[in-house]
Amino acid sequence: MESALAIAKREFRTFFGSPIAYIVLGGFLLLAGWLYFSPLFLIGQASLRNFFGLVPVLFVVLVPAVTMRAMAEERKSGTLELLLTMPMDDWQIVVGKFLASLGMVSVGLLWTLPYSLSVASMTGPGAPFDWGPVFAGYLGLLLLASAFIGLGLWGSALSKNQIVGFIVGLVLCFAFYFVDKFAALLPETLGQVLEFLSVDYHFENIARGVLDTRDLVFYLSLTAVGLVLTTRTLSSARQ
Amino acid sequence: MPTSMIHIEGLTKRYGNTEALRGLSFTVPKGQVVGFLGPNGAGKSTTMRILAGYVTPTSGTATVGDLDVVQRAVEARRLIGYLPENNPLYEEMMVVDFLKFIAEVRQVPVSQRSARIKSAVERCGLGQVLGKDINQLSKGFRQRVGLAQAILHEPDLLILDEPTSGLDPNQIVEIRALIKDLGREKTVILSTHILSEVQSTCSRVLIVSGGQLVADDSPERLTSSGDGGEVTVVLASKFNQPLDAAAVGTGLRGVPGITQVDAVAGEGGNTLGFKLRHGVEDPRRSLFEHVVKQDLVLLEVRRTQVSLEDTFRKLTGQGSDAQPRKAA
Ligand SMILES: Nc1ncnc2c1ncn2[C@@H]1O[C@H](COP(=O)(O)OP(=O)(O)O)[C@@H](O)[C@H]1O
Ligand SMILES: [Mg+2]
Repeated sequence: MESALAIAKREFRTFFGSPIAYIVLGGFLLLAGWLYFSPLFLIGQASLRNFFGLVPVLFVVLVPAVTMRAMAEERKSGTLELLLTMPMDDWQIVVGKFLASLGMVSVGLLWTLPYSLSVASMTGPGAPFDWGPVFAGYLGLLLLASAFIGLGLWGSALSKNQIVGFIVGLVLCFAFYFVDKFAALLPETLGQVLEFLSVDYHFENIARGVLDTRDLVFYLSLTAVGLVLTTRTLSSARQ
Repeated sequence: MPTSMIHIEGLTKRYGNTEALRGLSFTVPKGQVVGFLGPNGAGKSTTMRILAGYVTPTSGTATVGDLDVVQRAVEARRLIGYLPENNPLYEEMMVVDFLKFIAEVRQVPVSQRSARIKSAVERCGLGQVLGKDINQLSKGFRQRVGLAQAILHEPDLLILDEPTSGLDPNQIVEIRALIKDLGREKTVILSTHILSEVQSTCSRVLIVSGGQLVADDSPERLTSSGDGGEVTVVLASKFNQPLDAAAVGTGLRGVPGITQVDAVAGEGGNTLGFKLRHGVEDPRRSLFEHVVKQDLVLLEVRRTQVSLEDTFRKLTGQGSDAQPRKAA
């Protein structure tokens, strides 16, 4: 695990040493702020639900943008040869990249705290500040981000080209976000299956403050699938 | 106690339709510095990548310190320091951060980390560039960073794939000296297509061509061609009279050990030149005695060695570049 942590640390530092970090995270924060606050000014209404409903859509783009370099750049620059000849199992590389990406997304989320806290504090006079929904919302977002990162890393591992990595990641994340959006129009059982596959559906459950093991298991499984696929693709780069 | 550092047996590697290795076998005992020689596309990098764990063999086995590089990959890799061809590095990292990173990934114990980094930095002469980004370094310094990375964990075996390619002559001399120094305590296998490199650094030469071993010997033996050699002589008469080339030649043919005599250009005037082939024994003593007896003067005796280039060309001449080399 020590090797994985070393890889995570290096990746995290490199990300914040490059302008991409500020463009990607800055873009995310601006967009989140604008989408969120404009209805507040227009119709004088804002709720945590609006805020947390918005972030998953943005993650569909943000997460692949964060993960696109992770594997592709190692392949392109040849440093993958260095990593793959180090005394560690291949999964350590993937776990390292995963932790780094989760760290990067978390930094982005940290900066949204002012938004959500300002909304949460706009409670009626005398009503106590409720931490519950804020906590549940962020927990849900981190789980959702983990699942997206798994998918994004796999996309990044597929080729030397980070744009390919971005697009594959984007398509996969979008699919898992969008899968239940027409579920209401479909027969019930099929609709339920699609709902269960939807990252958004499980997120809404968690954000509502109901922590069900089914939602947890879903996110953890999807994350695991992404990481296992990434490890397999990486190992096949060994030729 | 491992008897050999590297043991390769019947190794083959196929990339699609390209057969990069076709049944390669050799053993390297502990402590040897081996030059791995061959034209482009011979399979040098493939062999080294298999040893380092980056490429999986199609068939055959490779062990490092008695550990199979496929079955016990992680343990085997602990024994190896590897400088890949083209020396890929994290360009945007500072040299010191890069070395720290490698120490962490290699799980060098925390208590020894700074000492190991310090000693690698000193050996590779990186003191003045520690705070520089790797992409600012000259090619020579980059190569030193690659070497420092490879020796950081004090491995038993160093695998260096073309460690001097792309360097200028001064840098080559420096890196060679460094490798020679490292070879005093470690087993080293270094690949190259520069012949003088093995002559100056290695105690053994393996020549591969078309994925097969075509020679395995010391640089000296490979350059003495095994079955004798050549001596060039320039002769004059004692009193500077003109000489009869045919008669002198016949005389030389009678000297014990000489197998063939060819006339070559002398030095002008009344001198004569001959190129003499001889057997395993050195013929110079009997040659001198013969010349004195004939009232001749030996102006010059020169042993012409068969160059490693000749041996190399002879051994790898055919089919070595038959497969076009694909871009990496
Ligand atoms: N990744 C690869 N894919 C396809 N062919 C390869 C690959 N790597 C090497 N080869 C081929 O294998 C042969 C041996 O290559 P290599 O081991 O790099 O030789 P050398 O290092 O001696 O120049 C060459 O014909 C080369 O084109
Ligand atoms: Mg090569």
